[in-house]
Amino acid sequence: MTGILQNLLWTGIKETFYMVIVSTVVSYLLGIPIGVMLYVTDKGGILENRLLNIVTGFIVNVTRSVPFLILLVALLPFTRFLVGTTIGSTATIVPLVVAAAPFVARMVESSLKEVDIGVIEAAKAMGSSPFQIIYKVLLPEAKPSLVVGAAIAFATILSYSAMAGFVGGGGLGAIAVNYGYYRYQTDVMLVTVLILVVIVQVFQEAGMYLANRLDKRKTDRRTSK
Amino acid sequence: MIKFEHVTKTFVTKENEVTAVNDVSLEIDDGEIFGFIGFSGAGKSTLVRCINLLERPDSGSVYVDGTNLMELKDRELRMERKKIGMIFQQFNLLSQRNIIQNVCYPLEISGTGKKEAVTKARELLALVGLSDKETSYPSQLSGGQKQRVAIARALATNPSILLCDEATSALDPVTTEAILTLLKEINTKLGVTIVIITHEMKVVEKICDRVAILSEGVIEEIGSVKEVFENPKSATGKSLVMSRDDKADEPGQSYVRIVFQGESSSKPVFSELVLASGERLNILGANTRDIGGNAYGQLFIEKPSDAALEKVRNYLETRGIRYEEVEVKE
Repeated sequence: MTGILQNLLWTGIKETFYMVIVSTVVSYLLGIPIGVMLYVTDKGGILENRLLNIVTGFIVNVTRSVPFLILLVALLPFTRFLVGTTIGSTATIVPLVVAAAPFVARMVESSLKEVDIGVIEAAKAMGSSPFQIIYKVLLPEAKPSLVVGAAIAFATILSYSAMAGFVGGGGLGAIAVNYGYYRYQTDVMLVTVLILVVIVQVFQEAGMYLANRLDKRKTDRRTSK
Repeated sequence: MIKFEHVTKTFVTKENEVTAVNDVSLEIDDGEIFGFIGFSGAGKSTLVRCINLLERPDSGSVYVDGTNLMELKDRELRMERKKIGMIFQQFNLLSQRNIIQNVCYPLEISGTGKKEAVTKARELLALVGLSDKETSYPSQLSGGQKQRVAIARALATNPSILLCDEATSALDPVTTEAILTLLKEINTKLGVTIVIITHEMKVVEKICDRVAILSEGVIEEIGSVKEVFENPKSATGKSLVMSRDDKADEPGQSYVRIVFQGESSSKPVFSELVLASGERLNILGANTRDIGGNAYGQLFIEKPSDAALEKVRNYLETRGIRYEEVEVKE
């Protein structure tokens, strides 16, 4: 493989990381509040509000039903409005966030559902406000599960980002499409796919490891006093 | 003081309506240990949750120290809840916080300074005997230790009331004893009113001053533990007092059944009986227990010779102890 290709791949990796990390972070900034809202407004929740719950749930479901490639194209005017262009890695972040935030919201909601109801009841009995229950009980208790969710979200956003290569997005996906697919350079395609596999593996394993480390319910590794 | 006035709570499910608490009125005095006992589904858990409005009654009033909790705004209710500690069957500790952080939680949400909170938490951990577990996590503790942490946490805001929802039901008998002793100590030392709900007779016997027997959301009877146990009036009361799994089986041969109904347990009735009969008596089975210094239960002895039997009858009659003779045909 030539030096040019190596440079190309290196740029692709950097662009991919840029897109995926920024998108994941922004998706979480939006997804955590939406996920918390879905959870607390649900039936029997600490801030039960059926209407808000149904409306939010509906919007989240609609966004998640639209195939990513179609969302990507449909959002082009919006992307141009926000970023000023529709090509390149920064432009790709817009559709990535729009697609990933609702997904993240559902992941967050499902992590919160794993928190023991009894603990929430105890927090209420101690006079906690709903806000205190959210940030001092729900989110910390769900932390290990949220981290596992983040690793899954990262891998999903990574695969979406590769798809963005078809419509002018940057990163490894664009290389795989432009060189591997349009120019029949199968070796380039294989290398990019291999890199993507490695990235997913590393992040997934790191996420699981971190989640286990964070989880104070798992004490077998620690020696108890 | 806790006062219920015509408290009713009904749950509506898809199929039917369940009235978990049905027109309950009662008063629990300051500093007493009050027990609610009943079989599963009697409405005990709902009733205790009506005290801190974790369950809001459909009708009626709940007064705690003179304040009608039903009339409070959310914010005011949260302030009142800080004066009512609560512990649970499943402990409900924060699994991702260590022990001292768990005990600090109620102080943290009340805006107590960190240093002050830690000092208070250390005091409480010393009170419950867990000073050496500060940095452990709940998953590293036994059930009894977790309940001790929960007690320390419930006491952090200096509550005047402690609610115990089946607090010993997940614990073994030895640990149960220890937790009950601790609760009694807290009641005596700190003057905290304790409300206990349980399905276990021995819990009520061990520490309660008064008890209410609950069935299908209704209080069937209420009174001092001694009164209710000596002479249960309600059907549920009778079955709770009588249905003890350690009940002695009736012997397969002719016997005399002697019934103890509250005679002083310090009197050596059986020894005196042996001396009075002038013969060796054989015990076939017994089931007696001590409630507040009085003996309850029954004792089966092998039917002695006619001469001795006469003396046994005489002794029991002069002492006013009930008995019956049972002939079993071979």
